Amino acid sequence: MMSKPDMASRETAFSSAPFEPAVVAERTVVVAHEEVNSEYRFLAVRASPVAAAAKPGQFFNLLCPEPPGLNPFLRRPMSLYGSDPALNRVEFLYKIVGAGTRGLTQLSVGDELDVVGPLGRGFRFDPAWRSVVLVGRGVGLATLAPVCRAVKAGGANVTALLSARSRAVLVSAAVMQSGGADVVPVFDEDGSSAPAKVERLLRDLIEAGRCDALFTCGSARLARLMKTLALEYDLPAQIAMEQHMACGLGLCHVCVRDFDVGGEIVSRRVCWDGPVFDLREALP
Amino acid sequence: MTEQKPVDMSVKIGGITLANPVMPASGTFEEGLARVFDLNRLGALVTKTVTAEIRKGNPVPRAAESANGLLNAIGIPSKGIPYYLEHTLPFYRQFTPPVITSISAPTVDGFAEIARAMSVPGVSVLELNISCPNIEEGGRAFGLTARGAERVVKTVKAVTKLPVWAKLTPNSHEVPEVALAALEAGAEAVVVANTVLALAIDAETFTPVLGNVLGGLSGPAIKPVNLRHVYQTANRVQIPVIGCGGISNAVDAVEYMLAGATAVQVGTASFIQPNAMPDIIDGLAAFCRRKGIGRVAGLTGALITKSGEKACSL
Ligand SMILES: Cc1cc2nc3c(=O)[nH]c(=O)nc-3n(C[C@H](O)[C@H](O)[C@H](O)COP(=O)(O)OP(=O)(O)OC[C@H]3O[C@@H](n4cnc5c(N)ncnc54)[C@H](O)[C@@H]3O)c2cc1C
Ligand SMILES: Cc1cc2nc3c(=O)[nH]c(=O)nc-3n(C[C@H](O)[C@H](O)[C@H](O)COP(=O)(O)O)c2cc1C
Ligand code: FES
Repeated sequence: MMSKPDMASRETAFSSAPFEPAVVAERTVVVAHEEVNSEYRFLAVRASPVAAAAKPGQFFNLLCPEPPGLNPFLRRPMSLYGSDPALNRVEFLYKIVGAGTRGLTQLSVGDELDVVGPLGRGFRFDPAWRSVVLVGRGVGLATLAPVCRAVKAGGANVTALLSARSRAVLVSAAVMQSGGADVVPVFDEDGSSAPAKVERLLRDLIEAGRCDALFTCGSARLARLMKTLALEYDLPAQIAMEQHMACGLGLCHVCVRDFDVGGEIVSRRVCWDGPVFDLREALP
Repeated sequence: MTEQKPVDMSVKIGGITLANPVMPASGTFEEGLARVFDLNRLGALVTKTVTAEIRKGNPVPRAAESANGLLNAIGIPSKGIPYYLEHTLPFYRQFTPPVITSISAPTVDGFAEIARAMSVPGVSVLELNISCPNIEEGGRAFGLTARGAERVVKTVKAVTKLPVWAKLTPNSHEVPEVALAALEAGAEAVVVANTVLALAIDAETFTPVLGNVLGGLSGPAIKPVNLRHVYQTANRVQIPVIGCGGISNAVDAVEYMLAGATAVQVGTASFIQPNAMPDIIDGLAAFCRRKGIGRVAGLTGALITKSGEKACSL
């Protein structure tokens, strides 16, 4: 139990160290905004050093412009897709879904975008890992994109199994490839994304000794499969989870999910305790 | 230019003096905000309602947007008394503003139990959440009637020496009477008010949006409603009223104070702008300077009619 610091030490701490925010709420400037395909847009902003220091798996809460007739009152959570601390640049890859993301499409280069972040706990890396396997689908591919570079920087190899409806809506493949990943795309349109086939691919990687850890995001079905494999082969596994949010900062308890911690069901806030969790405890 | 005297931002609520009139609303404040700004800037630290029972809270979805507002049905998840005393309270005690502990219970005896347990060093005030529309079936709450409020406040006052604030519900048709009953039972202040009972429906699926069906509406959408309650209540009771509901900027806070509030609580605005509270504090001081008002407390009840007469009987 923490003890109450006495008045004197508190005042010294207060006066000698000016407050440094770990999370900033700021107006950034749009520096790039491009159509990736019929569903996805790439958005880059110039932000502060605190924001640009975001880690893979962390996210920002965006105050979206109002599209005509709609009022996205709450902020919208978006994962870090890429960053360049030297340029104070933060990047997002978003899928156009409803009021908020439609509002984002109205942004032009030079416009302001109000963001809060970096938020949440990102992916954890173990320097002992020699190879990491990423499995993602849908918007989860945006979340996993910056992981490749981080894993590579730590000296490990990355295999990225990317699942999509069709080749036309696959995202993140190029960025992961340039980040040094061995990219394996699978699709619904040709049947290569079928669960049995993905399971075969994963088992082959694990049995070939090319998987010391599993990361996933974007598909509950894939996550359940990976959880089974992680438990069977006793592999560390992490999942970036989504949940509807309000504050993104742990204040409101809107974003809870259940986890199985050694047989006990506990409720955790996705924005605060996650969004990256131990897949073996998650209930995707 | 002459040097302007700094505005005196302090306000008195019963026996305690706050450095400024701005504090968080219960249930919208957690340690996450300490990453964004220095919590020592706040007038007080109001913690999330805690119950003696361990409560999981409501099923998801727990929130829904509406025009300029938010519906929530969180369901008061609570980790119970020992967790609050061992983790929550020590965290807030690192900071200088007084800690206001919000408590609730499903019964009057339950209120006595938790009030006793929370009357410990480090807690400056007990805020009684007698208003939450989610905690009892069908949205019922003690704060709906004067009799209910009186029973809870009297029972709590009998077991604690701490000042007690009663947090009222805007869903009562007799808010000033409920406030009077709380005052007569010994409350040092009333918080006016909690969320407005509401419903959101998804027309596409024919289903309610919230897991709990009913929820509480908060944010700018309810500001005129709770502002009216503050005005009517402050005119009736001789204890401080703490205004709450849809306050997003300094002007909103000024309006609440003009209507009779001594201090304000800020909830939903922190979800949209996490710096809302420090911005409101700075904005209040700037407003007072611009109007030549030396003490922020001078705003309380300063509403005048169009012909310039006092419109608030404070
Ligand atoms: C931590 C996190 C990271 C995310 N990262 C990305 C990303 O990098 N790229 C991307 O395209 N999408 C991402 N999403 C999903 C994205 O937040 C939603 O698609 C977006 O909020 C939809 O808003 P909307 O107004 O366009 O849609 P609407 O359906 O109109 O939204 C209505 C409400 O539901 C919420 N909502 C809808 N879908 C989701 C969802 N899948 N997850 C959480 N809340 C949702 C909205 O925030 C809003 O409050 C992420 C979600 C989370 C929780
Ligand atoms: C997500 C959420 C959780 C809340 N939880 C509590 C709570 O635990 N106890 C309480 O007294 N009020 C609770 N409230 C009500 C707020 O304290 C406040 O009275 C209300 O939201 C109106 O103020 P606002 O419009 O500034 O948010 C909650 C409100 C929200 C939005
Ligand atoms: S979104 Fe508010 S606690 Fe997670």
